[in-house]
Amino acid sequence: MSAPTPKPTSPLGEMTGPGRFSLVGHALPWLVIAAFYFLVDDYLGLGTQVMIWVLFALSLDLALGYAGIVTLGHAAFYGLGAYAAGIFSIHVSQDPILGHFFAIGVTALFGLLSGALILHTTGVTFLMLTLVIVSIMFEIGNQARGLTGGDDGLQGIRLDPIFGVFDFDLWGHTAYIYTAVVLFIWFVIAWRLVHSPFGRSLDGIRQNARRMRAIGTPVWWRLLAIYTISAAMAGSAGALSAHATKFVGLSVLSLLTSGVVTVMLILGGTRRLYGAFIGAAIYYIVQEWTAQISPYFWEFVVGIMLIATVLFLDGGLMELGDRGARLLGGRRRAGGGE
Amino acid sequence: MSLPLKIEGLVAGYGATVVLDGLSFDVPAGGTLSVLGRNGVGKTTLLATLMGMTTRHGGKVSLGADDVTDVPIHRRARLGLGYVPQEREIFTSLTVEENLAVSHLPGGWTIEQVYDLFPRLNERRRNTGNRLSGGEQQMLAVGRALAGAPKVILLDEPFEGLAPVVVETLIEALDRVQKQTGLTMLLVEQKADVALSMTKDAIVLDRGRIVWSGPSDDLKRDEAAQARYLGVAGDHG
Repeated sequence: MSAPTPKPTSPLGEMTGPGRFSLVGHALPWLVIAAFYFLVDDYLGLGTQVMIWVLFALSLDLALGYAGIVTLGHAAFYGLGAYAAGIFSIHVSQDPILGHFFAIGVTALFGLLSGALILHTTGVTFLMLTLVIVSIMFEIGNQARGLTGGDDGLQGIRLDPIFGVFDFDLWGHTAYIYTAVVLFIWFVIAWRLVHSPFGRSLDGIRQNARRMRAIGTPVWWRLLAIYTISAAMAGSAGALSAHATKFVGLSVLSLLTSGVVTVMLILGGTRRLYGAFIGAAIYYIVQEWTAQISPYFWEFVVGIMLIATVLFLDGGLMELGDRGARLLGGRRRAGGGE
Repeated sequence: MSLPLKIEGLVAGYGATVVLDGLSFDVPAGGTLSVLGRNGVGKTTLLATLMGMTTRHGGKVSLGADDVTDVPIHRRARLGLGYVPQEREIFTSLTVEENLAVSHLPGGWTIEQVYDLFPRLNERRRNTGNRLSGGEQQMLAVGRALAGAPKVILLDEPFEGLAPVVVETLIEALDRVQKQTGLTMLLVEQKADVALSMTKDAIVLDRGRIVWSGPSDDLKRDEAAQARYLGVAGDHG
């Protein structure tokens, strides 16, 4: 009876916990992303959008899922990233990589400053403050027409080829691969982060911040760190969106955007990282299919799914996979109970 | 390795409510002190106040040469106050090993040293906190405090609700730790006989004040004082 030990060669396997994955499980989403590129050529734009939302939801998972920072203001970072990338390309340089880094830097800084202002609060107070921040950002985006185009949106974004080689083509091949690569890089960062002692301490903070303080953890700094990282990641998703569509609509800063990404994350499952993949994909698929029946029907379907998920699947749709795996490999865990 | 703790005129409580009404006492480096008293006299509040988790209205707390009276909670832990709360407060979603890892501070006990003290935890290393028995949780709570490089350890009723054989294990382990490392120890306990046999000195609290203080052996012999301040032995609901 050998205990299920993770591969000792992998530094990622050192810290175990819920959400441990087999190699197949890890490979699956990336294989799907790769296969989609070759098989479903007509929908590359949609695929890119889904991956951008996956990244956005992934950023929320770090803050909301792992650290327990209950925010409805993440659209502020997503929108800021999109505008930063768009404005940079219009006024400074059309280099997409440079613009992307600029957007990440701007949102990280904004996350750091706004987080420093509000992270000493918790619960409802914090939630309200995040709403205030995203509302202010929306109004700034609306008023600063000269810079943002107001409610007409930001137009005229032009981009040089990536590394001077890969041009953003009309069919979205480059945007798709570019987005997939960025998503992969962020995913690896997020994975390492949540499995590091720092990430585990976030788990502890979520459960009992007072206790974490009592074992010597500077809770506020840890929260500020993850909030800043999460903001940078959301900003990166926004930048991808600006680059992929060459347009930034004011809705990126809307409360609804914050709501949608939260729904995606909860639908897929928090604190699993891959929950963001499932949630965003399911959300888009449901939206595409049911919108053909009626333009408003999809919201109804998504709503029902969300309710069912919250009621019956504690860990989101990812929980279904877990339960399936448990049924198949039931003997492995048998006898490991109380 | 270990530090003295000095409390002067400590007045503290929750909000405006005063629970501790002017406490003063010293524990020398490497000293061991029982904090006794009936339910609700402020024993737990005393430990929580030493960690900075209550409202302090007056007085001073010094840890070695440091005045920690106004120091934030996490800095107190880093200065060497190790707190084992009554509720144990294990992180349920983390494994035993992760609970120890997140608690580790420079100079603290390594995970191996904790396993050496509590072999049971080694067997349970990959169990999450919600899959541990009460005794295992208590071992982990003590181990977690040791991982944080404490100079003074504050134990709040560590034996409460545990089976006698587990209590035995914990007493032996704590004795061993104290003897080997010379750690300063404050032990809050309902069972006076257990606490007094583990410590050199004792104080008895009543309504937020110290009503008795002296060597543990003296209190052990002084049945009149025990009856007066602690009630009849075994009188807890």
